[in-house]
Amino acid sequence: MSFSFDIYDFTSFTKWIDVSLTSYCTPFWAMIWEMLIIGVAILIFYAVVGLFLVYAERKVCAFIQNRVGPNRVGPYGFIQTVADLVKLLFKELVTIKKADKFLFNLAPFIVIIVNFMVIAAIPFAKGLHAVNFNIGIFYMMAVSSMGVIGILLAGWSSNNKFSLIGAMRSGAQIVSYELSVGLSMITMVILAGTMQLTNTYDPVTNQVLVHGIVDLQKDGWFIFTGHLPAIIAFVIFLIAGTAETNRGPFDFAEAESELTAGFHTEYSGIKFALFYLSEFMNMFIVASIAATIFWGGWMPFHLGHIFGDWVSGFNNVMDYIPPFVWYIGKTFVIIWIIMLFKWTFPRLRIDQLLTLEWKYLLPINLINIILMALVVLMGWHF
Amino acid sequence: MKSIIEYISGIYRGLRSLLIGMSVTGKYFFSPRAIVTQQYPENRHGHGKRSKKQLVMFDRFKGEVVMPHDANNQHKCTGCGICEINCPNGTIEIISVSKVGEDGKKKRAIEKHIYRLGMCSFCALCVKTCPSKALEFSQEFEHAVFDRTKLVKVLNKPGSSLMKGVE
Ligand code: SF4
Ligand code: SF4
Repeated sequence: MSFSFDIYDFTSFTKWIDVSLTSYCTPFWAMIWEMLIIGVAILIFYAVVGLFLVYAERKVCAFIQNRVGPNRVGPYGFIQTVADLVKLLFKELVTIKKADKFLFNLAPFIVIIVNFMVIAAIPFAKGLHAVNFNIGIFYMMAVSSMGVIGILLAGWSSNNKFSLIGAMRSGAQIVSYELSVGLSMITMVILAGTMQLTNTYDPVTNQVLVHGIVDLQKDGWFIFTGHLPAIIAFVIFLIAGTAETNRGPFDFAEAESELTAGFHTEYSGIKFALFYLSEFMNMFIVASIAATIFWGGWMPFHLGHIFGDWVSGFNNVMDYIPPFVWYIGKTFVIIWIIMLFKWTFPRLRIDQLLTLEWKYLLPINLINIILMALVVLMGWHF
Repeated sequence: MKSIIEYISGIYRGLRSLLIGMSVTGKYFFSPRAIVTQQYPENRHGHGKRSKKQLVMFDRFKGEVVMPHDANNQHKCTGCGICEINCPNGTIEIISVSKVGEDGKKKRAIEKHIYRLGMCSFCALCVKTCPSKALEFSQEFEHAVFDRTKLVKVLNKPGSSLMKGVE
């Protein structure tokens, strides 16, 4: 099979890698090599996106507060975060006496590994997808909530009151908000009728075997086709997702003003950097899940045919923008909204946090699910 | 029933106020003109490569104490020593001499108004209490020097004299 690279459809490219690898070695080793390639690719992606997000956060925060933000290292301060990372790499890793050394060192890796596991299931572009489970959404929900184990371990093993309190708060927060995240995702699963993220095709006939959520949004993103219940679910998902990533205004696990730095008080150097990076990647993951299930992931903006025949021209124009650009664009718009949350709203109190979840988000969510089920049953969606 | 209405209107009010807040911050995000940061070394002379703006200083800024002189090299300091008495740090030292004026009377005049910038706390007591308003603040703020003795300044210029009409 000859080399082919198509920016609009990565299927042939990934297939080319697969075929050329199996022609050199046994299928088993080909699989090992493929996993290695994907691992390295995700690692690089993780580092680049993480560093960029730290930079973006500082810039967004600065603009909102009428400042300039980092602007000295590189053009517009673009490589400031690289310099910060290099500095963190050189810093001493303080070992805590009487800390549980094994768990203490393990905790940041658990957080990072969980991030990787979620990223594996995200469809970045057509055919650019590490694993395509038939329970993709369910898998993401299950795996992403494991990150709290890392936080709890970090708080427990540090042998520090502040860390422990931060970790316990984080536990309470995740237990509450995981519910809302899950329920609002389920609302969209009801609309989609599947948990799989992208289509699987029959390898021979090229027929669609199972429809995926992204491909189902070909004639309009779910937030438009699902109208009212989808919009409510989207808002709830954004709020609960922000809470789940421990970001302000829900930054109870860190709580700089009360707990110095919460669960990562005792961490220094690169171990702290891992926590810091994973926090930003969590935000990226929440944003990409939101982009995927509400805004169509890499699917370009298409109008449905109910508007008439002229839409196919419009849809063709939209198709010229590569899917990867669509995906990144949508994700960063949502990230921007989440950042705006942090720099606009004052922090909540812990009781307000729980009130918001149990008295507001959860009941609204349950009603919304019934509403969505009704809409789907009656065929009121587009 | 009443509590349900309250619940729903509470959600509405809450969402509304959150959106108002977000619109304010969002507006600032999209208006780069609102940025107030002055980029110091570049804007120093108003034509640095990156500076879009001239250095903007404010009248209220207290850089250092100076004694303004007019075109005839005349100042308003009578050498009364009130600033020296009022300065909490002993920053000011007045060296005055007696001179015989045109009318034949003896009169006190200033020889040196010594101001030690390194000891000044910029409290402005001297400027405020001077009866003849001889002192004011300049907006110079780059005071760093390599030699401490350079911080001791004589405020009246050499050869200057008292302005006419100031007693
Ligand atoms: S500066 Fe003002 S207060 Fe000080 S000696 Fe001169 S006239 Fe008096
Ligand atoms: S500003 Fe205050 S400290 Fe400075 S010379 Fe005047 S009175 Fe003294």
